[in-house]
Amino acid sequence: MLRVEKITQVFGGVTALRDVSFSVAKGEIKGVIGPNGAGKTTLFNIISGIYRQTSGDVFLAEKKITQFTPERLARRGMVRTFQNVELFGNMTVLENVMIGLHTKSRSGILSSALKFPTAIREERRIRQKALECLEFAGITEHAEETADNLPFGKCRLLEIARAMALEPAIILLDEPAAGLNARETADLGQLIERIRATGVTVVLVEHDMELVMDICDSILVLNLGEKLAEGTPLEIQENQKVITAYLGEG
Amino acid sequence: MGTERNVLLKYLLFSAAVLVAPIFFSGGYLLNVLVFVGINTMLALALNLLLGYAGQISLGQAAFFGLGSYISGVATANYGMNPWTALVLAAVVVGVIAFTIGFPILKLKGHYLAMSTLGFGIIIYILFNETIDLTGGPSGLSGIPYFSVGEFQFDSDLKNYFLIWGFALLMILFSVNLVNSRIGRALRAIHDSEVAARVMGVNARLLKVQIFALSAVFSSIAGSLYAHTMTFISPASFGFNFSVELLTMVVIGGLGTVYGSFLGAALLTLLPEFLRTLQDYDIVFYGLLLVLMTMFMPGGLVRIPSLVLPFLAKFKVRRQGNA
Amino acid sequence: MSEQLLQYLLSGLSTGAIYSLIGIGFAIIYNSTGIINFAQGEFFMLGGMSTYYFLSVAHLPLPVAMLLAVLLTTAVGVLFERLAIRPLRNASPLILVIITIGGSILIRGIAMLIWGKDTHSIPMFTGNEPLTIGGATILPQHLWIFGITLLIIIINRFYFYNTVSGKAMRACSHNRRAASLVGIDVKRMVLFAFAISSAMGSVAGIISAPLTMTSYDVGIMLGLKGFCAAIIGGMSSGIATVFGGLLLGVLEAFGAGLISSGYKDAIAFIILLLILFIRPQGLFKKAETERV
Repeated sequence: MLRVEKITQVFGGVTALRDVSFSVAKGEIKGVIGPNGAGKTTLFNIISGIYRQTSGDVFLAEKKITQFTPERLARRGMVRTFQNVELFGNMTVLENVMIGLHTKSRSGILSSALKFPTAIREERRIRQKALECLEFAGITEHAEETADNLPFGKCRLLEIARAMALEPAIILLDEPAAGLNARETADLGQLIERIRATGVTVVLVEHDMELVMDICDSILVLNLGEKLAEGTPLEIQENQKVITAYLGEG
Repeated sequence: MGTERNVLLKYLLFSAAVLVAPIFFSGGYLLNVLVFVGINTMLALALNLLLGYAGQISLGQAAFFGLGSYISGVATANYGMNPWTALVLAAVVVGVIAFTIGFPILKLKGHYLAMSTLGFGIIIYILFNETIDLTGGPSGLSGIPYFSVGEFQFDSDLKNYFLIWGFALLMILFSVNLVNSRIGRALRAIHDSEVAARVMGVNARLLKVQIFALSAVFSSIAGSLYAHTMTFISPASFGFNFSVELLTMVVIGGLGTVYGSFLGAALLTLLPEFLRTLQDYDIVFYGLLLVLMTMFMPGGLVRIPSLVLPFLAKFKVRRQGNA
Repeated sequence: MSEQLLQYLLSGLSTGAIYSLIGIGFAIIYNSTGIINFAQGEFFMLGGMSTYYFLSVAHLPLPVAMLLAVLLTTAVGVLFERLAIRPLRNASPLILVIITIGGSILIRGIAMLIWGKDTHSIPMFTGNEPLTIGGATILPQHLWIFGITLLIIIINRFYFYNTVSGKAMRACSHNRRAASLVGIDVKRMVLFAFAISSAMGSVAGIISAPLTMTSYDVGIMLGLKGFCAAIIGGMSSGIATVFGGLLLGVLEAFGAGLISSGYKDAIAFIILLLILFIRPQGLFKKAETERV
């Protein structure tokens, strides 16, 4: 599904990532872990087209997507969430999800402003679909609230609902459990399982080890910008290098 | 959804008010002022689509207004073109210019965007002043014909009132529909978080440029209408100060609201007429208004009802509670 | 011909020096707050206009008038920061742009209320006997401009590199959060930034007033030119912006002399747009890692 080849990223002389390669199989849940500063978020930013890497390539379904813009990636079925939650704060929860359906609709400025019948029909369809996505994430009762007024836990869910509206082939979750309490984290775990059940490939960066070990099929460990290990949760838990890296830091 | 009906109802009420307004002001010079309110409404609306919805500032709106005016004026006064054709020609030319410069300009953000649009506005202003053979330079361009349909000429305040408000109402309808659509949503998304909008597949760069061009076309049409109702134009109407005045209208009326554009335009056009004593000092007034509104009422005038109504309701409830 | 060119060069350099001072003012505020202060040009105007006032209306001696003018402008700058910028510290760039525009209109408007719409001039600092250098003539006032600009740049450099508060200010410009974490009072630094740049703006206004006259609305154009200088210099509060200002001044002088004086002002804005489009990091800096 996703293949990353020898990604290197240098920021003004500091090497944030060095020759990182890995791949994610279709329908898999892949965890990316590592101590702070390991380069996890940088890696995500490169894959999702927000940074331009110094060198290396990214492939999506065997198609080279190196340096594609985020909007182009969205049309190819790749979507992501953000560590700090990037919602459209002044819009309602429903409208947030409706933005997720942007690529699934086509009305332009003229047909929207002149209310062509196609635009009206499309709008109705978008609304319907958005409501379904809210239900999927279990936040239907908040549909008409302004996103800025949502409690933090719900914001995370909304961001995922919005991403799922794109009907992505692959979803990148950047620390989805950060800031959630134990219960919310458990719910999130279930939601991620449900996402996978719909056939979507999941890659997540996460600090919550319990969650990662619980739901991931395979894990990539980064340390100081380099790939330290890759394997099943069990293999990773027993990997001596990984243990040293974490204990050395803590 | 009931809201869709409300949107339509609001529009119809507004249109009705516009249609009957001349009855109360017929013959007076105030009707002439209301013609200007119409033109400024179009200009404020154009800026509001860009600034209030897409969150992209432009301090060069007067340039598009001026380009529309001058293309219309020069084509009709110097080359005998039909005013209607000139209006369309101006709108197309200005649209193409805005679309072209939009790509490099809208790559910039925030303060840099403000400065570059301002720079563009001043360059155009200098052109109006310096291309004397074409525009008459600082002393202006006169002899611009009125609009006409057959024998009927739009040569009085009343006729122009309906002409200009006809256009303004069309633009308002266009904008109301647009902002309540998929495109309007995408614009607001760009405003809130451009990176998230892009991740959701919104082609932010293209959309920003498109809305910039649309805003320029609206301004150009307003410019043509202005030129053919005034029959005289001079560069002084299209300088940096007017761009700032438009910005003030939008901020005062309410960023991101269609009718707020009208409120701001109406207030800033009417007030100086009532406060004749202010004379040149209206500039102090604008500055003060701009600062105070941004600091204390960032929602603009249009939000007043939603601030006051709940308060009144609470008050009423309490009174009933006491009784 | 070459004398003519030298003449252009000299007058360009002196205008350019003024642009540099205003540009550095822009950069200092930008680096400590991330704000482009649209009111920057008004400090320039206040310098010239209030010197005129203290000199011709209050009949104070020139040095005293100048000192009072700088103090007054600095006070306005500080007040502006306190009343308008600080309360909106966390506002979006859009709101900040609007508030500084509002502030600049307000300052300009008040200046018009107090001093009227007339153009005023103040006398040259030391006579108006022209000097001849290699066939070109310059006025003693030009020398004052070069001298004072140079002095300010040196003081500036000393402040930023050799004093505690200057170093703290540089730290703020690199990373505001980190600076506050190591105990630097960022709020105070912002206030300093406004004080320094308003003082610099007023000095620029004072030294150029004898040559170019002054009125309530000179700030708009000069502010924009100063911004252009800062953009060429990549928003550096040091030597790069000085070069930017000098370059702009010289280009304008040659443009006005060789092409057309009417388009002189357009030159700055064409340069401004080109730099923003092609090299937004300025002429002298290397591009930073690209973030799409």
